Amino acid sequence: MVTLTIDNKTVEVPKGTTVLEAAAKVGVEIPTLCHMKLDNLEIENKPGGCRVCLVEIQGRKNLAPSCVTEATDGMIVKSSSIRVMNTRRTIVELILSDHPAECLTCAKSGNCDLQSLAIKMGIRELHFSGEKSVHREDKSPAIIRDMDKCIMCRRCETMCNEVQTVGVLSAVNRGFNSVVSPAFEQDLQDSACTYCGQCVAVCPVGALTERDQTGAVIRALSNPDKTVVVQTAPAVRAALGEEFGQEAGTLVTGKMAAALRRLGFDYVFDTDFAADLTIMEEGTELLDRLTRHLNGDSTVKLPILTSCCPAWVKFIEHNFPSLLDVPSSAKSPQQMFGAVAKNYFAEKLNVDRKKLVVVSIMPCVAKKYERGRDEFAVDGNSDVDFVLTTRELSHLIKLANIDFHTLPDEEFDQPMGMSTGASVIFGTTGGVIEAAVRTAYELYTKKPLPKVEFEELRGMEGLRHATIDFGGLPLHIGIAHGLGNARKLLEEIAAGRSQFHAIEIMSCPGGCIGGGGQPFHHGKSDILKKRQQAIYQEDRNKPIRKSHENPFIYQLYEEYLGEPMSEKAHHLLHTKYFDRSTVFEQDGNASETDDKK
Amino acid sequence: MAESYHLLKRADFIFRNENDWEEILTKTIKRTPQDIINELISSELKGRGGAGFPTGLKWKITAEAKSAEKYVICNADEGEPGTFKDREILSRVPYKVLTAMAVCGHIIGAKKGIIYLRGEYHSLKESLEKTISEFEYYCKKIKLEFSVDVFMGSGAYICGEETALFESLEGHRGEPRNKPPYPTIKGYMDKPTVINNVETLAHTFTIFKYGAKKFYDLGVQFSRGTKLFSVSGDTPKPGIYELELGMSLQDFVNEFGDGDTKAVQVGGASGFLVPRKKFQETAIGYQGKLTGISLPTGGSMMIYNSSRSMFNVLDNYLEFFREESCGQCTPCRVGCQQLLIGIKAVKRGERPAQYLDKLLKLTETMQLTAKCGLGQSVANSFASIVENFREEMIY
Repeated sequence: MVTLTIDNKTVEVPKGTTVLEAAAKVGVEIPTLCHMKLDNLEIENKPGGCRVCLVEIQGRKNLAPSCVTEATDGMIVKSSSIRVMNTRRTIVELILSDHPAECLTCAKSGNCDLQSLAIKMGIRELHFSGEKSVHREDKSPAIIRDMDKCIMCRRCETMCNEVQTVGVLSAVNRGFNSVVSPAFEQDLQDSACTYCGQCVAVCPVGALTERDQTGAVIRALSNPDKTVVVQTAPAVRAALGEEFGQEAGTLVTGKMAAALRRLGFDYVFDTDFAADLTIMEEGTELLDRLTRHLNGDSTVKLPILTSCCPAWVKFIEHNFPSLLDVPSSAKSPQQMFGAVAKNYFAEKLNVDRKKLVVVSIMPCVAKKYERGRDEFAVDGNSDVDFVLTTRELSHLIKLANIDFHTLPDEEFDQPMGMSTGASVIFGTTGGVIEAAVRTAYELYTKKPLPKVEFEELRGMEGLRHATIDFGGLPLHIGIAHGLGNARKLLEEIAAGRSQFHAIEIMSCPGGCIGGGGQPFHHGKSDILKKRQQAIYQEDRNKPIRKSHENPFIYQLYEEYLGEPMSEKAHHLLHTKYFDRSTVFEQDGNASETDDKK
Repeated sequence: MAESYHLLKRADFIFRNENDWEEILTKTIKRTPQDIINELISSELKGRGGAGFPTGLKWKITAEAKSAEKYVICNADEGEPGTFKDREILSRVPYKVLTAMAVCGHIIGAKKGIIYLRGEYHSLKESLEKTISEFEYYCKKIKLEFSVDVFMGSGAYICGEETALFESLEGHRGEPRNKPPYPTIKGYMDKPTVINNVETLAHTFTIFKYGAKKFYDLGVQFSRGTKLFSVSGDTPKPGIYELELGMSLQDFVNEFGDGDTKAVQVGGASGFLVPRKKFQETAIGYQGKLTGISLPTGGSMMIYNSSRSMFNVLDNYLEFFREESCGQCTPCRVGCQQLLIGIKAVKRGERPAQYLDKLLKLTETMQLTAKCGLGQSVANSFASIVENFREEMIY
C-alpha cells in the first residue's frame, strides 16, 4: 500500500494504482477524455494523449497525466490549482480549435464526452482558431467515419486492435494531419472491418457513428402502399430505457412494443421468435453433426460454431477462410425473421414481398451490413429492408412526440411475436449456447431437463468453458465474447487442438447487450452487467423457456417448413459463407469478394 | 563570469584512428563492471544526443535492474536539423561505437546490441554491417557473447526520441511512451535498456583508452570533455569540428561566422536561438553553470547572418514541428499548428501583435504538458526567436 495526498486529502491505495484512481477514492473527480477503463471486461485505453487529466505533483517540473501516473508513497498531488486549471483549459481549447463546432447538428450531441467536458469546464470562448484538419468522409453500410471530429483519443484503436484483433483502425500520418484510419486511408468497406461497432461504442465524440436510417423508416411508415413489419432483438429491451433516463437494467419490453405500435408499424413482432427458430435449426444441426461424429464419420467437423453474429461471421470470412465449414449454416435470427416474413408471412397476408417492409431494431451496427449481403435478397429485394439501432429507435420515439414513460405495457403481435425464455437470453454472452443446450438436451436424451438454467454457462469472463452431461455424453462447450477471444478458440480449431463440441461466439464484449448500437456506456461497464441481469430476468418471467416448446414454431414447421433442416428450411433458413481473405487485389482495388458475390 | 570561459579549443579524439580497439575491448571487459562504471561517472561524461543525462549513471541503473534480458541500443537516428556528426562517426570510426556497446553489454548484462540507423543513412548500412561481422567474429574469439543488429529507421524525426525509437524497433508506430518508467527499467521490449547517442558511445571509447582524467580535464565544470559540432548556415567553413565544451558563443562566432552573424541556433530546431547581443554571455555546455547562460546541444550550430529573416526561420521550424509531431498528444499536435498559423496571422495583420504573448503562453503550456521532448522543446526556439526578434515577427 502507498499513502499519498490529493487536494489535501490523504488516501491509501494499493501499489500500482494510478493517481486518477486514487483521486476518485477521495471524491476528487479529475476530468479525462482519452482514458477509458471497462473494469468487468479488462479493457483499458490510456495512451496519456489528450493531456486533460493533468495534475501537479510536488517536486516535478512538468504536469503529470494522472491516468498513467502511478501513485507513490508520500506523493503530494494538486488536481485543481490555478496552474492546473489554466493549463487544462488551454488543452481543451486546443482540442476544440481543431474540432468542428457543429454540436447542434452532430449525431453525438448530448452524448459527447468532449461536449460534457466543455460544459464542465465552463468554456465560453476559444482563444485559438483557424485551419482545422480535414479528412475524407467514409460511409460504409454500417459505420460513418467523420474524422474531422476525431480527437485522437485512440479508444477505437484499442477496441479494434487489442480487444477485437480486427486490426483495421490505426493512427496514420504525422503531426497535425494524424488521424485514425484503415490502412492507406481506404474506406472501411474496402477493409477487413467486421462492423462490430465497438469503435462506435467507445468514440467519445461524433467521429464514429452508425449509418442513420431513421429517415428511410419514417418514409416507409408514411407510405400507405407498404405494410411495415418490425422485429426487435432481445438485447434492445434491456437497454432502451436508458435512453429515456431509466436505470440501467430496466426491462421495457411492453413499453417498447407500445411505442412501436404508436410509431405506425403494422405488425410489431419479435426477433426472439426467430431466435427460437434458430435454435431449432442450429440445435438440430449440432445433434446431426454430433451423432454422425460419434458414429465415426470423419468428414464431420466439430466443434460447431454459432453463427448469429454478423460481425463474427465477417471476421471468420476475413481471417479464417479455411474454417468456413465450421460455423453452423443457420442464418442469424434477424435474417431468419426476414426470410419467414417475406415468404411465409407475405404469402399469408397475400402481399407482394416488395410491398412488405421489414425493419429490425438491433443493438448492433453490423446488422446494418448483414441485411445488405447479396445472399439475403431475392431479385434485389432484401429480406430485411432497414436496420435501426437501439439508439436510433429512441430518436424515432422522441421525434414522434411519444412520452415513453407513460406508455402502457403492450404485447407483441402474433404469430411472429411469440417467443420463449430461451430466445431472450440470445442477448447476452452464453445465452445462445444455453438456449441451444436446453433444446438439444431434450431432443438428444428424450428426457425433460432437470433444471432449465445453466449457471455454468453464464458470466462475464471473455473465455469460458463448461461440460454438460447429455445423459452420459459429456458435451464440451466453449464460449467467447470479444473477437480477440474468439480468435484464440479459432486458432485452436485451425491447429486441430480444440476440445469442444460446440462453441458460442459473440463479437461484442458482453454479447449483444454491449453491442455497438446500444445506448453509450461512457466507460461504465457495470451497465453491461445490469443489462445482463435484466435479460435473465426476462427469461425467468416467460412461461415457456425452451425454444422447441414455442407453439408457433411447431405450427410453422407443420404448416410451412416441414421439419428442421428440411429442404425448405434449408432454402429459407440456412446460408453459406465466403472467403474474404483477400481485401486488396494486386491493382490495389478492393476485391470482388466483398459484397458482390 | 568570464574566468570560466576559455577560448575555442579544438581537439582530436573522436576521429583519431585507433588501431587497437581489439586490445581495448579485451582489456576493458576484464575489469569489474563497478570499476568501469565508476570511471565513467568520474569522467562526468553526459549524453551527447542533447539531453545530457550522465552516461555512467545510466549504465549503473541499468546494470542494477534485475532482468535476464537487457539491451544496448545505439541511437543513430540523427534527425535534429543541422546535425550530421553521427554519420561521420559511423562511417569513419564505427568500431569505437561497437566496442563501447559491447563493453556496455558486458557491464549491464546484455547480449544484444542494436544500432537504430536513420533511414536516410542507408548507404552506411553495408559497410557498417561488414564492420559488425568482423567485430562479432572477434567477440566470439574472446568468448564475449555479444551481437549487434542494424535496424533502419523510416524517416520520422520523432523516432530519435528514445521511447518512440523502441516502439519503432518493436514494429509499432513511432510514438513516445509515457515516462516514467524510464528505459533503464523498461525500455526495448519492456526490458532494461541502455540507449546512447552514437557520439556518447564513441566518447566512452576514449575514456576506456585514455582514462577518465584525460576526458575530465577537458571542458569546464559541469560540461566536461569534448563535443562534435555540426556547423552550418552562413559560415565560410561548414563542417564537423571537435571542440572542448564551455566556449563562449562569441568565440565560436569569431571562428566560424562570416563577419555578419546575426544569430546562432544552438541545438537545432528544438534548441535556442541566440541573438548577437547575447553571444558573449552564452556558453555552450550543459546546464548547471553558476553564472551566465549555458546551452546544451546535440551539436547542431546553425549560423544566420543579417540577410536572414527571423520570421522565416521560425516559420520554417514550426512547419517542421507541425509535420514531425507524432500527433499523439494534444499540446504538440494542435499546439504546433496553432503556433504556425498564429505567427502568420500576426505577420499579415489579422491578429494584433499582442497575440504573440498568447502564443508564448501556449508554448509554456506545451512545455508543461507535452508527452515528450519534442512538444516540450518547441518553446525553446519559439520563445527565443519571438522574444529577441519580436519586431521581425510583426512587421
